[in-house]
Amino acid sequence: MNAIVPLVVLLPLAGAAVALVLGRFRRAQIAVSTLSLTAVTVLAIILLAHVDTHGTVVVEIGGWDAPFGIVLVADRLAVIMVLISALMLLGVLIFAVGQGIADGDRETPVSIFHPTYLILAAGVFDAFVAGDLFNMYVAFEMLLAASYVLLTLAGTGARIRAGVTYIIISLTSSIIFLAAIAFIYAATGTVTMALIAERVRDLPADVQLILCIALLTAFCVKAAVFPMSFWLPDSYPTAPAPVTAVFAGLLTKVGVYAIIRTDTVLFTDVDIDIPLMVIAFLTLIVGVLGALAQADIKRLLSFTLVSHIGYMIFGISIGSTAALAATIFYIVHHITVQTTLFLATGLVERVGGTTSINRLGGILRASPLVSVLFFIGAMNLGGIPPFSGFLGKVGLFQAGVELGTPLSYVLIGAGALTSLLTLYALVRVWNMAFWRSSADVAGYSSPLLDSLAEGPEDEGETVGSKRVPALMVAATTGMVALTIGLTVFAGPLFELASRAAANTGNESTYVESVFPGGIQ
Amino acid sequence: MTASLTLIILMAVMYAVGITVMLERSLTRVLIGFMLVGNATNLLILIVGGENGSAPIVTGTASDAAMADPVPQVLMLTAIVINFGITAFVLALIYRSWWLAQLGDQGDVVPDQHVDDTEAATDATFDAVDLDDAAVQEVLDASNERSDAAAPIEVDPTPPVDSEPKPEEEAR
Repeated sequence: MNAIVPLVVLLPLAGAAVALVLGRFRRAQIAVSTLSLTAVTVLAIILLAHVDTHGTVVVEIGGWDAPFGIVLVADRLAVIMVLISALMLLGVLIFAVGQGIADGDRETPVSIFHPTYLILAAGVFDAFVAGDLFNMYVAFEMLLAASYVLLTLAGTGARIRAGVTYIIISLTSSIIFLAAIAFIYAATGTVTMALIAERVRDLPADVQLILCIALLTAFCVKAAVFPMSFWLPDSYPTAPAPVTAVFAGLLTKVGVYAIIRTDTVLFTDVDIDIPLMVIAFLTLIVGVLGALAQADIKRLLSFTLVSHIGYMIFGISIGSTAALAATIFYIVHHITVQTTLFLATGLVERVGGTTSINRLGGILRASPLVSVLFFIGAMNLGGIPPFSGFLGKVGLFQAGVELGTPLSYVLIGAGALTSLLTLYALVRVWNMAFWRSSADVAGYSSPLLDSLAEGPEDEGETVGSKRVPALMVAATTGMVALTIGLTVFAGPLFELASRAAANTGNESTYVESVFPGGIQ
Repeated sequence: MTASLTLIILMAVMYAVGITVMLERSLTRVLIGFMLVGNATNLLILIVGGENGSAPIVTGTASDAAMADPVPQVLMLTAIVINFGITAFVLALIYRSWWLAQLGDQGDVVPDQHVDDTEAATDATFDAVDLDDAAVQEVLDASNERSDAAAPIEVDPTPPVDSEPKPEEEAR
């Protein structure tokens, strides 16, 4: 079993190297990247089955013991994250291949796309299994460097503009992260997370607080938590559809994952639950209000993405096992549903030629299948029962009621309101883009629609509809099936999430798995 | 833990200058600011290593006191490599953004200098072929009559039609 953990990172990296060498052979490249991601998915399933029954797998890279060598820690939470991201990356890859075949690779130059995509995957997986803070930093840099390239693919003016903002923000947060690691090393003399967790307790409370906040600041920028979320809606929507889908689904969740680790493993004694709740409240409300003002579906979805990060921060701030379980379930749900919606929007853009609801119309008649795919995703994100979005929110709210402080009730209210407003924004998209007949689009006037903000790069033109390749539809359908699967098997999944939370929420379990004989 | 005051002051100055420069509008300055801040962070990592002899991995040798903590240096080295890669990418991005700013909407299609020329206009700028022949004949005749020193050679007085200024130069 020990060999599987590093393989999860190594396979995509090796795949990236091979794909780069095979730059001229498109089919071979596609085969390599599909194969390596499929292999990671299979390995993650095996690993999950093993970890769930036999407990956390810890691998010491290079044979050095934990405080000196680098450890990879695959506990339930890490493996769940690896599995769901591998599935999602695979789905989006198939979507991108379909798009590349249909468009002759103008949007996604294949020779660069596949290696970069695999490096992004390797960085994401590494961030999940890292048991060493500096290794996590390297993983973040890997996935960020890959994301810079993916965001500025083909180097058009709009993408360069969006990319510059994104890159400068990310660089700044990386520097904060690195400086935080330096301070933590100065205070504890180690970068192994399990050992930091032990040694941090001996520090004065104010030092702990500063270290924790430094680390959380870096992660909050990556997770797009308000007020560090302003960069996201401007940078994500300009990228090609598959790239936006991956970024929206995964990159912010890596930040959330790091926040969970910081809060539950590294700094268990630091009490920042109340500030986190306030931040969660602001993220929820400000994000969804931004979404209401958008006419562009991609920008609207980016704002709901920011908003829903608030649910996860809320779950982390409650801190109980039930809340963590609900957070883990919500992360899994949100990764799949957000990706699905962005993919479906990519399909809508092909059918309707634009993503602005002011100019879309008659999609339901033009392509019923695409409409159904979008509808299921939208209802799921909006939290309509019986979908997984509803179940995740119910879990969070139950945990909030158990906590029972006035602030947690305020947050439950904000969460319910956010859910309703998300639904409102998505239903408006449905009414305008799907239900409205295409004949009504010209001359349709409504004061509400006129006040909506278009995308900054929107030229007001509607490109003619393009063919929708079967592969793209198949990939999106697969993702929708996954979200429905999450709903149908929500019971066992929630139990798994509870076991993962019990494991994660108790930091001594984490420390004991890394140092089975105790710390010398 | 003791640390060198010089290093700390240097780090603080680099952070201060770096952050100030990062706030500029120009991308190149932002990059320079990022490099300063990045290297200031590297210095920070070096400083947190503490004094020599504090944490040698191998103990019991004569040179214990001279050994520095190796971990911060390893971290620093990794950070330097990462910063180097990112700097290279941002440089490429800045060049690309400058290039796009120069050409505007034309993107990376190098403009065709003769895209607006019509066939008639092009013809008008050229002399007819038989005129060439006449001129050549004239020169030949002149060279044959070398003994007649007085005969001047007729040279076409019209200067060659200058091409229009290149759009690329205009843009600059």
